[in-house]
Amino acid sequence: MTAIVVGTLESSDCMITLSASDTLKIDLESIVYDAFHAQITQVIKKTLQKEGLHNVRVLCQDKGALDYTIEARMKTAIAKYREANEDES
Amino acid sequence: MKTVYRNLDDVFAAANIESGASLSFHHHLRDGDAVFNAVAEMLLKRKTEHLSLFPSSVFPCHTGLLQLLEKGAVHNLTTNYISGSVARHLGMHGLSGTLTMQSHGGRARALIAKESKVDVAFIAAPAVDREGNVTGTLGKAACGSLGYGVEDAIHADRVVALTDTVLERIEAPQIPGKHIDEIVVVERIGAASGIMSGTTHPTEDPVGVKIARSAYTLIRTLGLIEDGFSFQTGAGGISLAVNAHMHRHLREHHVKAAFISGGITRYHVKMLEEGLVDRLYDVQCFDTDAIRSLRENERHIAISASDYANPDNPKRVIKDLGVVILGAAEVDLEFNVNVTTDSYNNIIGGSGGHSDTAEDAAVTIIVAPLLRGRTPLITNKVTTVTTPGKDVDCLVTERGIAINARRRDLIDRCRRNGVDVMTIQELMETAHAFSGVPKKKVYKGRAYGVVHDRRGEPLDRLYTKR
Repeated sequence: MTAIVVGTLESSDCMITLSASDTLKIDLESIVYDAFHAQITQVIKKTLQKEGLHNVRVLCQDKGALDYTIEARMKTAIAKYREANEDES
Repeated sequence: MKTVYRNLDDVFAAANIESGASLSFHHHLRDGDAVFNAVAEMLLKRKTEHLSLFPSSVFPCHTGLLQLLEKGAVHNLTTNYISGSVARHLGMHGLSGTLTMQSHGGRARALIAKESKVDVAFIAAPAVDREGNVTGTLGKAACGSLGYGVEDAIHADRVVALTDTVLERIEAPQIPGKHIDEIVVVERIGAASGIMSGTTHPTEDPVGVKIARSAYTLIRTLGLIEDGFSFQTGAGGISLAVNAHMHRHLREHHVKAAFISGGITRYHVKMLEEGLVDRLYDVQCFDTDAIRSLRENERHIAISASDYANPDNPKRVIKDLGVVILGAAEVDLEFNVNVTTDSYNNIIGGSGGHSDTAEDAAVTIIVAPLLRGRTPLITNKVTTVTTPGKDVDCLVTERGIAINARRRDLIDRCRRNGVDVMTIQELMETAHAFSGVPKKKVYKGRAYGVVHDRRGEPLDRLYTKR
Protein backbone atom coordinates (compact mmCIF):
# COMPACT_ATOMS: atom_id res chain seq x y z
CA MET A 1 0.00 0.00 0.00
CA THR A 2 1.22 3.48 -0.85
CA ALA A 3 1.14 6.18 1.80
CA ILE A 4 -0.30 9.59 0.90
CA VAL A 5 0.66 13.02 2.22
CA VAL A 6 -1.45 16.14 1.65
CA GLY A 7 -1.50 19.64 3.12
CA THR A 8 1.26 21.82 4.54
CA LEU A 9 2.76 22.79 7.87
CA GLU A 10 1.85 26.45 7.34
CA SER A 11 -0.01 28.27 10.09
CA SER A 12 -3.78 27.55 9.96
CA ASP A 13 -3.22 24.44 7.81
CA CYS A 14 -2.55 20.78 8.60
CA MET A 15 -0.62 17.95 6.99
CA ILE A 16 -2.41 14.62 6.69
CA THR A 17 -0.55 11.35 6.12
CA LEU A 18 -2.59 8.21 5.37
CA SER A 19 -0.90 4.81 5.51
CA ALA A 20 -1.95 1.17 5.62
CA SER A 21 -3.22 -0.29 8.86
CA ASP A 22 -5.39 -3.24 9.92
CA THR A 23 -7.45 -1.06 12.19
CA LEU A 24 -8.28 2.63 12.39
CA LYS A 25 -5.51 4.60 14.08
CA ILE A 26 -5.45 8.35 14.52
CA ASP A 27 -2.32 10.18 15.66
CA LEU A 28 -2.72 13.88 16.26
CA GLU A 29 0.04 16.43 16.74
CA SER A 30 -1.35 19.92 17.18
CA ILE A 31 -0.22 23.32 18.39
CA VAL A 32 -3.68 23.62 19.96
CA TYR A 33 -3.80 20.02 21.22
CA ASP A 34 -4.94 20.81 24.76
CA ALA A 35 -7.71 23.15 23.70
CA PHE A 36 -9.05 21.31 20.64
CA HIS A 37 -7.80 17.70 20.34
CA ALA A 38 -11.23 16.15 20.91
CA GLN A 39 -12.83 18.35 18.27
CA ILE A 40 -10.08 17.72 15.69
CA THR A 41 -10.22 13.94 16.25
CA GLN A 42 -13.99 14.10 15.82
CA VAL A 43 -13.67 15.85 12.44
CA ILE A 44 -11.18 13.24 11.23
CA LYS A 45 -13.37 10.33 12.37
CA LYS A 46 -16.51 11.81 10.84
CA THR A 47 -14.83 12.40 7.48
CA LEU A 48 -13.47 8.84 7.37
CA GLN A 49 -16.92 7.53 8.20
CA LYS A 50 -18.60 9.65 5.55
CA GLU A 51 -16.07 8.48 2.95
CA GLY A 52 -16.32 4.87 4.11
CA LEU A 53 -12.65 4.33 4.86
CA HIS A 54 -12.07 2.33 8.03
CA ASN A 55 -8.72 0.55 8.00
CA VAL A 56 -6.11 3.26 7.82
CA ARG A 57 -3.57 5.05 9.93
CA VAL A 58 -4.09 8.83 10.00
CA LEU A 59 -1.32 11.17 11.07
CA CYS A 60 -2.59 14.73 11.42
CA GLN A 61 0.09 17.36 12.00
CA ASP A 62 -2.01 20.41 12.78
CA LYS A 63 -0.91 24.03 12.81
CA GLY A 64 -4.19 25.48 14.01
CA ALA A 65 -6.42 24.58 11.04
CA LEU A 66 -10.16 25.15 11.33
CA ASP A 67 -12.63 22.26 10.92
CA TYR A 68 -13.39 22.90 7.26
CA THR A 69 -9.69 22.92 6.40
CA ILE A 70 -9.14 19.62 8.20
CA GLU A 71 -12.17 18.11 6.48
CA ALA A 72 -11.02 19.29 3.04
CA ARG A 73 -7.49 17.96 3.60
CA MET A 74 -8.93 14.64 4.79
CA LYS A 75 -11.22 14.30 1.75
CA THR A 76 -8.34 14.98 -0.64
CA ALA A 77 -6.08 12.56 1.23
CA ILE A 78 -8.72 9.84 1.11
CA ALA A 79 -9.32 10.34 -2.63
CA LYS A 80 -5.59 10.23 -3.37
CA TYR A 81 -5.10 7.25 -1.10
CA ARG A 82 -7.77 5.31 -2.97
CA GLU A 83 -6.41 6.34 -6.35
CA ALA A 84 -2.87 5.32 -5.43
CA ASN A 85 -4.00 1.97 -4.08
CA GLU A 86 -6.70 1.19 -6.66
CA ASP A 87 -5.10 -2.00 -7.98
CA GLU A 88 -4.58 -3.43 -4.52
CA SER A 89 -7.99 -2.78 -3.04
CA MET B 1 37.65 64.93 31.81
CA LYS B 2 36.40 61.47 32.77
CA THR B 3 38.53 58.40 33.26
CA VAL B 4 38.36 56.30 30.12
CA TYR B 5 38.78 52.57 30.64
CA ARG B 6 39.77 50.12 27.96
CA ASN B 7 38.26 47.05 29.54
CA LEU B 8 35.39 46.12 31.83
CA ASP B 9 37.68 44.36 34.37
CA ASP B 10 38.99 47.70 35.59
CA VAL B 11 35.48 49.13 35.78
CA PHE B 12 34.24 46.16 37.81
CA ALA B 13 37.11 46.71 40.24
CA ALA B 14 36.55 50.50 40.37
CA ALA B 15 32.78 50.20 40.78
CA ASN B 16 33.14 47.29 43.18
CA ILE B 17 30.55 45.10 41.47
CA GLU B 18 30.00 41.95 43.54
CA SER B 19 27.39 39.34 44.38
CA GLY B 20 24.11 40.93 45.39
CA ALA B 21 24.57 43.89 43.03
CA SER B 22 21.65 45.66 41.34
CA LEU B 23 22.45 46.48 37.73
CA SER B 24 20.40 48.23 35.07
CA PHE B 25 20.44 48.27 31.27
CA HIS B 26 18.38 49.90 28.52
CA HIS B 27 17.37 48.31 25.24
CA HIS B 28 17.80 50.81 22.40
CA LEU B 29 20.28 48.52 20.64
CA ARG B 30 17.50 45.95 20.71
CA ASP B 31 18.43 42.59 19.21
CA GLY B 32 21.88 43.94 18.28
CA ASP B 33 22.86 44.80 21.86
CA ALA B 34 26.40 43.73 22.83
CA VAL B 35 26.51 45.69 26.11
CA PHE B 36 24.43 43.36 28.25
CA ASN B 37 26.36 40.30 27.09
CA ALA B 38 29.73 42.00 27.74
CA VAL B 39 28.66 42.75 31.31
CA ALA B 40 27.17 39.26 31.71
CA GLU B 41 30.47 37.74 30.64
CA MET B 42 32.21 39.65 33.45
CA LEU B 43 29.55 38.58 35.96
CA LEU B 44 29.97 34.94 34.92
CA LYS B 45 33.77 35.18 35.06
CA ARG B 46 33.68 36.66 38.55
CA LYS B 47 31.10 34.07 39.67
CA THR B 48 28.79 36.76 41.06
CA GLU B 49 25.48 35.56 42.48
CA HIS B 50 22.20 36.83 43.88
CA LEU B 51 22.00 39.60 41.30
CA SER B 52 19.07 41.94 40.78
CA LEU B 53 18.91 42.95 37.13
CA PHE B 54 16.86 45.77 35.60
CA PRO B 55 17.11 45.56 31.79
CA SER B 56 14.36 47.72 30.24
CA SER B 57 13.71 44.87 27.76
CA VAL B 58 15.14 41.44 27.01
CA PHE B 59 15.77 40.25 23.45
CA PRO B 60 16.79 36.94 21.85
CA CYS B 61 20.39 38.23 21.58
CA HIS B 62 20.70 38.38 25.38
CA THR B 63 22.28 34.94 25.68
CA GLY B 64 24.39 36.21 28.58
CA LEU B 65 21.23 36.60 30.65
CA LEU B 66 20.22 33.03 29.81
CA GLN B 67 23.64 31.81 31.00
CA LEU B 68 23.31 33.76 34.25
CA LEU B 69 19.81 32.33 34.76
CA GLU B 70 21.00 28.79 34.06
CA LYS B 71 23.71 29.22 36.70
CA GLY B 72 21.10 30.52 39.16
CA ALA B 73 23.03 33.80 39.48
CA VAL B 74 19.98 36.04 38.98
CA HIS B 75 17.75 36.49 42.02
CA ASN B 76 15.40 39.24 40.82
CA LEU B 77 14.64 40.34 37.30
CA THR B 78 12.71 43.56 36.67
CA THR B 79 11.88 44.42 33.08
CA ASN B 80 9.19 45.65 30.68
CA TYR B 81 9.35 43.08 27.89
CA ILE B 82 10.92 39.64 27.37
CA SER B 83 11.30 37.66 24.17
CA GLY B 84 13.42 34.70 23.07
CA SER B 85 15.16 32.00 25.08
CA VAL B 86 15.01 33.91 28.38
CA ALA B 87 11.21 33.90 28.15
CA ARG B 88 11.22 30.12 27.60
CA HIS B 89 13.68 29.56 30.46
CA LEU B 90 11.59 31.58 32.92
CA GLY B 91 8.41 29.76 31.92
CA MET B 92 10.08 26.43 32.66
CA HIS B 93 12.16 27.25 35.72
CA GLY B 94 10.89 30.49 37.24
CA LEU B 95 13.29 32.50 39.39
CA SER B 96 14.64 32.24 42.96
CA GLY B 97 13.45 35.79 43.62
CA THR B 98 10.79 37.69 41.71
CA LEU B 99 10.22 38.55 38.08
CA THR B 100 8.63 41.99 38.02
CA MET B 101 7.08 43.11 34.74
CA GLN B 102 6.71 46.89 34.61
CA SER B 103 5.52 49.37 32.02
CA HIS B 104 7.91 51.89 30.48
CA GLY B 105 6.39 54.70 32.53
CA GLY B 106 6.26 52.51 35.63
CA ARG B 107 9.95 51.65 35.31
CA ALA B 108 10.89 55.33 35.19
CA ARG B 109 8.61 56.09 38.15
CA ALA B 110 10.10 53.26 40.23
CA LEU B 111 13.67 54.41 39.49
CA ILE B 112 12.88 57.99 40.49
CA ALA B 113 10.98 56.87 43.61
CA LYS B 114 13.96 54.60 44.52
CA GLU B 115 11.64 51.60 44.57
CA SER B 116 14.08 50.23 42.03
CA LYS B 117 17.45 50.80 43.68
CA VAL B 118 20.23 50.45 41.14
CA ASP B 119 23.89 50.23 42.16
CA VAL B 120 25.31 50.49 38.68
CA ALA B 121 23.58 51.52 35.45
CA PHE B 122 25.21 50.47 32.20
CA ILE B 123 24.47 52.93 29.42
CA ALA B 124 24.83 51.69 25.85
CA ALA B 125 26.30 54.94 24.54
CA PRO B 126 26.63 55.18 20.75
CA ALA B 127 28.82 58.31 21.10
CA VAL B 128 30.51 59.91 24.13
CA ASP B 129 32.78 62.91 24.51
CA ARG B 130 35.61 63.40 27.03
CA GLU B 131 33.19 65.04 29.48
CA GLY B 132 30.97 61.98 29.41
CA ASN B 133 28.19 63.60 27.40
CA VAL B 134 26.20 60.89 25.62
CA THR B 135 24.16 60.93 22.43
CA GLY B 136 22.43 58.14 20.55
CA THR B 137 22.33 59.85 17.18
CA LEU B 138 26.05 59.55 16.33
CA GLY B 139 28.62 56.77 16.34
CA LYS B 140 29.09 53.32 14.81
CA ALA B 141 26.05 51.93 16.62
CA ALA B 142 23.83 55.03 16.37
CA CYS B 143 20.35 54.02 17.53
CA GLY B 144 18.64 57.41 17.97
CA SER B 145 16.73 58.13 21.17
CA LEU B 146 18.10 56.80 24.49
CA GLY B 147 14.81 57.53 26.27
CA TYR B 148 14.66 54.41 28.44
CA GLY B 149 18.22 54.90 29.74
CA VAL B 150 17.90 58.48 30.97
CA GLU B 151 16.39 57.76 34.42
CA ASP B 152 18.91 54.94 34.93
CA ALA B 153 21.72 57.46 34.40
CA ILE B 154 20.19 60.06 36.71
CA HIS B 155 19.14 57.78 39.57
CA ALA B 156 21.63 54.89 39.76
CA ASP B 157 24.40 55.20 42.35
CA ARG B 158 27.03 54.74 39.68
CA VAL B 159 26.81 55.05 35.92
CA VAL B 160 29.06 53.37 33.36
CA ALA B 161 28.83 54.38 29.72
CA LEU B 162 30.00 51.73 27.27
CA THR B 163 30.88 53.11 23.88
CA ASP B 164 32.73 52.38 20.65
CA THR B 165 32.86 56.01 19.54
CA VAL B 166 34.58 58.83 21.45
CA LEU B 167 34.09 62.28 19.93
CA GLU B 168 35.77 65.60 20.69
CA ARG B 169 32.58 67.36 21.73
CA ILE B 170 28.89 66.47 21.80
CA GLU B 171 26.41 69.35 21.68
CA ALA B 172 22.98 68.89 23.26
CA PRO B 173 23.65 65.44 24.74
CA GLN B 174 20.73 63.15 25.52
CA ILE B 175 22.47 62.21 28.77
CA PRO B 176 24.65 65.01 30.23
CA GLY B 177 28.19 64.07 31.29
CA LYS B 178 27.55 64.99 34.92
CA HIS B 179 25.60 61.74 35.31
CA ILE B 180 28.37 59.53 33.89
CA ASP B 181 31.02 58.17 36.26
CA GLU B 182 33.03 55.89 34.00
CA ILE B 183 33.51 55.57 30.28
CA VAL B 184 34.55 52.24 28.82
CA VAL B 185 35.67 52.01 25.23
CA VAL B 186 34.98 48.61 23.67
CA GLU B 187 35.33 47.41 20.10
CA ARG B 188 31.62 47.54 19.42
CA ILE B 189 28.48 48.04 21.48
CA GLY B 190 26.00 46.76 18.92
CA ALA B 191 25.34 45.14 15.55
CA ALA B 192 23.47 47.37 13.10
CA SER B 193 21.32 44.54 11.71
CA GLY B 194 20.07 43.71 15.20
CA ILE B 195 19.51 47.35 16.15
CA MET B 196 17.08 47.59 13.21
CA SER B 197 15.32 44.38 14.25
CA GLY B 198 12.26 46.39 15.22
CA THR B 199 11.80 47.46 11.62
CA THR B 200 8.33 46.59 10.45
CA HIS B 201 6.02 47.51 7.60
CA PRO B 202 2.30 48.15 7.30
CA THR B 203 0.71 44.71 7.10
CA GLU B 204 -0.30 43.33 3.69
CA ASP B 205 -2.06 40.34 5.19
CA PRO B 206 -5.72 40.60 4.10
CA VAL B 207 -7.04 40.10 7.63
CA GLY B 208 -4.69 42.80 8.95
CA VAL B 209 -5.59 45.14 6.09
CA LYS B 210 -9.28 44.76 6.91
CA ILE B 211 -8.73 45.39 10.64
CA ALA B 212 -6.69 48.52 9.87
CA ARG B 213 -9.38 49.87 7.56
CA SER B 214 -12.07 49.29 10.19
CA ALA B 215 -9.94 50.95 12.87
CA TYR B 216 -9.45 53.99 10.66
CA THR B 217 -13.20 54.17 9.93
CA LEU B 218 -13.85 53.98 13.66
CA ILE B 219 -11.36 56.77 14.47
CA ARG B 220 -12.95 58.92 11.79
CA THR B 221 -16.47 58.16 12.92
CA LEU B 222 -15.60 59.07 16.48
CA GLY B 223 -14.47 62.47 15.20
CA LEU B 224 -11.01 62.08 16.66
CA ILE B 225 -9.09 63.39 13.66
CA GLU B 226 -8.95 67.17 13.86
CA ASP B 227 -6.33 69.91 13.83
CA GLY B 228 -4.08 69.61 16.85
CA PHE B 229 -5.01 66.03 17.75
CA SER B 230 -2.33 63.49 18.64
CA PHE B 231 -1.85 59.78 18.26
CA GLN B 232 0.48 56.86 18.77
CA THR B 233 0.66 53.64 16.77
CA GLY B 234 3.93 51.92 17.67
CA ALA B 235 5.53 49.66 15.08
CA GLY B 236 3.19 46.66 14.77
CA GLY B 237 2.13 45.70 11.23
CA ILE B 238 -1.59 46.41 11.73
CA SER B 239 -0.87 49.61 13.68
CA LEU B 240 1.37 50.87 10.87
CA ALA B 241 -1.39 50.10 8.39
CA VAL B 242 -3.72 52.28 10.50
CA ASN B 243 -0.97 54.92 10.46
CA ALA B 244 -0.93 54.78 6.65
CA HIS B 245 -4.68 55.55 6.60
CA MET B 246 -4.12 58.46 9.01
CA HIS B 247 -1.28 59.74 6.83
CA ARG B 248 -3.48 59.77 3.73
CA HIS B 249 -6.39 61.32 5.61
CA LEU B 250 -4.30 64.21 6.99
CA ARG B 251 -2.89 64.91 3.52
CA GLU B 252 -6.24 64.79 1.73
CA HIS B 253 -8.21 66.73 4.33
CA HIS B 254 -5.47 69.26 5.14
CA VAL B 255 -5.46 68.40 8.82
CA LYS B 256 -2.33 68.75 10.95
CA ALA B 257 -1.66 66.65 14.04
CA ALA B 258 0.12 68.16 17.06
CA PHE B 259 2.31 65.17 17.83
CA ILE B 260 3.01 61.48 17.48
CA SER B 261 4.68 59.84 20.49
CA GLY B 262 6.38 56.59 21.46
CA GLY B 263 8.46 54.39 19.19
CA ILE B 264 9.12 56.18 15.91
CA THR B 265 9.45 54.66 12.42
CA ARG B 266 10.17 56.02 8.93
CA TYR B 267 6.41 56.24 8.37
CA HIS B 268 6.03 58.74 11.20
CA VAL B 269 9.11 60.65 9.99
CA LYS B 270 7.55 61.00 6.55
CA MET B 271 4.48 62.61 8.11
CA LEU B 272 6.71 65.07 9.98
CA GLU B 273 8.62 65.91 6.83
CA GLU B 274 5.39 66.46 4.88
CA GLY B 275 4.21 68.87 7.57
CA LEU B 276 1.27 66.65 8.58
CA VAL B 277 2.38 66.46 12.20
CA ASP B 278 4.06 69.22 14.19
CA ARG B 279 6.35 67.17 16.47
CA LEU B 280 7.56 63.63 17.08
CA TYR B 281 8.23 62.73 20.73
CA ASP B 282 10.59 59.80 20.48
CA VAL B 283 11.57 57.30 23.20
CA GLN B 284 12.91 54.76 20.70
CA CYS B 285 13.86 54.85 17.03
CA PHE B 286 12.93 51.81 14.97
CA ASP B 287 14.92 52.43 11.78
CA THR B 288 17.67 54.51 10.16
CA ASP B 289 15.26 57.14 8.84
CA ALA B 290 14.06 57.79 12.37
CA ILE B 291 17.68 58.08 13.62
CA ARG B 292 18.58 60.50 10.81
CA SER B 293 15.46 62.57 11.43
CA LEU B 294 16.17 62.77 15.17
CA ARG B 295 19.69 63.98 14.38
CA GLU B 296 18.61 66.59 11.81
CA ASN B 297 15.09 67.76 12.59
CA GLU B 298 14.52 69.92 15.64
CA ARG B 299 10.83 68.99 15.64
CA HIS B 300 11.81 65.37 16.19
CA ILE B 301 12.48 65.33 19.92
CA ALA B 302 14.11 62.62 22.04
CA ILE B 303 12.33 62.26 25.38
CA SER B 304 13.08 60.23 28.49
CA ALA B 305 10.83 57.41 29.69
CA SER B 306 9.67 59.70 32.52
CA ASP B 307 8.77 62.53 30.15
CA TYR B 308 7.05 59.94 28.00
CA ALA B 309 4.89 57.99 30.41
CA ASN B 310 5.72 58.32 34.13
CA PRO B 311 2.33 58.69 35.87
CA ASP B 312 3.90 60.90 38.56
CA ASN B 313 5.27 63.31 35.96
CA PRO B 314 2.65 66.00 35.26
CA LYS B 315 4.51 66.96 32.07
CA ARG B 316 4.46 63.47 30.56
CA VAL B 317 3.72 63.60 26.86
CA ILE B 318 1.05 60.90 26.74
CA LYS B 319 -1.32 62.65 29.14
CA ASP B 320 -2.35 64.72 26.08
CA LEU B 321 -2.59 61.71 23.79
CA GLY B 322 -5.81 61.55 21.76
CA VAL B 323 -5.75 58.07 20.23
CA VAL B 324 -3.51 55.08 20.82
CA ILE B 325 -3.56 51.95 18.68
CA LEU B 326 -2.38 48.84 20.55
CA GLY B 327 -2.17 45.10 19.95
CA ALA B 328 -3.33 42.12 22.02
CA ALA B 329 -2.56 38.44 22.41
CA GLU B 330 -5.78 38.01 24.40
CA VAL B 331 -8.72 40.21 25.36
CA ASP B 332 -11.36 39.08 27.84
CA LEU B 333 -15.01 39.87 28.37
CA GLU B 334 -14.03 42.65 30.81
CA PHE B 335 -11.75 44.15 28.09
CA ASN B 336 -8.61 43.23 30.06
CA VAL B 337 -5.74 42.87 27.59
CA ASN B 338 -2.84 40.43 27.71
CA VAL B 339 0.38 41.10 25.78
CA THR B 340 2.61 39.43 28.38
CA THR B 341 1.80 35.75 27.79
CA ASP B 342 -0.08 33.74 25.18
CA SER B 343 -3.11 31.53 25.88
CA TYR B 344 -0.72 28.70 26.82
CA ASN B 345 1.12 30.76 29.46
CA ASN B 346 4.30 31.27 27.43
CA ILE B 347 5.88 34.69 27.99
CA ILE B 348 5.70 36.51 24.66
CA GLY B 349 6.53 40.13 25.55
CA GLY B 350 5.22 42.53 28.14
CA SER B 351 3.59 45.89 28.53
CA GLY B 352 6.25 48.21 27.19
CA GLY B 353 4.11 51.34 26.90
CA HIS B 354 0.82 49.40 26.53
CA SER B 355 -0.70 50.02 29.96
CA ASP B 356 0.78 53.56 30.14
CA THR B 357 -0.75 54.80 26.91
CA ALA B 358 -4.02 52.90 27.44
CA GLU B 359 -4.57 54.74 30.70
CA ASP B 360 -3.62 58.19 29.45
CA ALA B 361 -5.02 58.30 25.91
CA ALA B 362 -8.50 59.75 25.45
CA VAL B 363 -9.41 56.73 23.29
CA THR B 364 -7.61 53.37 23.39
CA ILE B 365 -8.16 51.08 20.42
CA ILE B 366 -7.00 47.47 20.34
CA VAL B 367 -6.43 45.98 16.88
CA ALA B 368 -6.05 42.20 16.64
CA PRO B 369 -7.24 39.23 14.56
CA LEU B 370 -10.20 37.39 16.09
CA LEU B 371 -8.47 34.05 15.47
CA ARG B 372 -4.77 33.25 15.27
CA GLY B 373 -4.70 29.82 13.71
CA ARG B 374 -7.42 28.20 15.76
CA THR B 375 -6.80 30.15 18.95
CA PRO B 376 -9.51 32.74 19.71
CA LEU B 377 -8.43 36.23 20.73
CA ILE B 378 -11.30 36.70 23.18
CA THR B 379 -11.42 34.56 26.31
CA ASN B 380 -13.59 34.54 29.41
CA LYS B 381 -10.56 35.63 31.37
CA VAL B 382 -7.11 36.55 30.06
CA THR B 383 -4.19 34.33 31.04
CA THR B 384 -2.33 37.41 32.33
CA VAL B 385 -3.61 40.96 32.79
CA THR B 386 -1.18 43.45 31.20
CA THR B 387 -3.62 46.33 30.83
CA PRO B 388 -6.83 46.47 32.88
CA GLY B 389 -10.13 46.68 31.02
CA LYS B 390 -11.01 50.01 32.63
CA ASP B 391 -8.37 51.60 30.36
CA VAL B 392 -9.44 49.86 27.14
CA ASP B 393 -12.19 51.41 25.01
CA CYS B 394 -12.49 49.68 21.62
CA LEU B 395 -11.58 46.33 20.12
CA VAL B 396 -11.35 46.12 16.33
CA THR B 397 -11.21 42.70 14.69
CA GLU B 398 -11.74 41.47 11.12
CA ARG B 399 -15.28 40.38 11.99
CA GLY B 400 -16.49 43.31 14.01
CA ILE B 401 -15.93 46.05 16.54
CA ALA B 402 -16.73 45.89 20.26
CA ILE B 403 -16.76 48.91 22.55
CA ASN B 404 -16.42 48.82 26.33
CA ALA B 405 -19.88 49.44 27.86
CA ARG B 406 -18.17 52.05 30.06
CA ARG B 407 -17.83 54.22 26.93
CA ARG B 408 -21.51 54.81 26.20
CA ASP B 409 -20.47 58.03 24.44
CA LEU B 410 -18.41 56.14 21.87
CA ILE B 411 -21.08 53.48 21.35
CA ASP B 412 -23.76 56.15 20.77
CA ARG B 413 -21.56 58.03 18.34
CA CYS B 414 -20.96 54.85 16.30
CA ARG B 415 -24.66 53.96 16.25
CA ARG B 416 -25.61 57.49 15.16
CA ASN B 417 -23.15 57.28 12.30
CA GLY B 418 -24.09 53.83 11.09
CA VAL B 419 -21.05 51.94 12.37
CA ASP B 420 -22.03 48.53 13.73
CA VAL B 421 -20.97 47.79 17.28
CA MET B 422 -21.16 44.28 18.71
CA THR B 423 -20.86 43.22 22.32
CA ILE B 424 -17.57 41.53 23.14
CA GLN B 425 -19.59 38.41 24.04
CA GLU B 426 -21.02 38.38 20.49
CA LEU B 427 -17.54 38.75 19.04
CA MET B 428 -16.33 35.83 21.14
CA GLU B 429 -19.24 33.68 19.93
CA THR B 430 -18.45 34.65 16.33
CA ALA B 431 -14.93 33.31 16.83
CA HIS B 432 -16.20 30.15 18.48
CA ALA B 433 -18.45 29.46 15.48
CA PHE B 434 -15.24 28.93 13.50
CA SER B 435 -12.90 27.48 16.09
CA GLY B 436 -15.18 25.68 18.51
CA VAL B 437 -15.03 26.40 22.21
CA PRO B 438 -11.49 25.78 23.46
CA LYS B 439 -11.20 23.29 26.28
CA LYS B 440 -9.81 25.12 29.23
CA LYS B 441 -6.56 23.80 30.58
CA VAL B 442 -4.70 25.56 33.34
CA TYR B 443 -0.99 26.00 32.71
CA LYS B 444 -0.16 27.35 36.09
CA GLY B 445 2.66 26.02 38.23
CA ARG B 446 4.49 28.05 40.81
CA ALA B 447 3.97 31.83 41.10
CA TYR B 448 7.34 33.50 40.54
CA GLY B 449 6.47 36.85 39.05
CA VAL B 450 4.18 39.82 39.16
CA VAL B 451 2.83 42.26 36.59
CA HIS B 452 2.80 45.80 37.93
CA ASP B 453 0.67 48.64 36.72
CA ARG B 454 2.50 51.91 36.13
CA ARG B 455 2.08 52.94 39.77
CA GLY B 456 3.67 49.74 41.04
CA GLU B 457 0.40 48.09 42.09
CA PRO B 458 0.17 44.38 41.24
CA LEU B 459 -2.20 43.59 38.37
CA ASP B 460 -1.58 39.88 38.06
CA ARG B 461 0.92 37.14 38.83
CA LEU B 462 3.15 35.09 36.57
CA TYR B 463 3.35 31.32 36.94
CA THR B 464 5.73 28.68 35.66
CA LYS B 465 4.16 26.44 33.00
CA ARG B 466 3.95 23.48 35.37
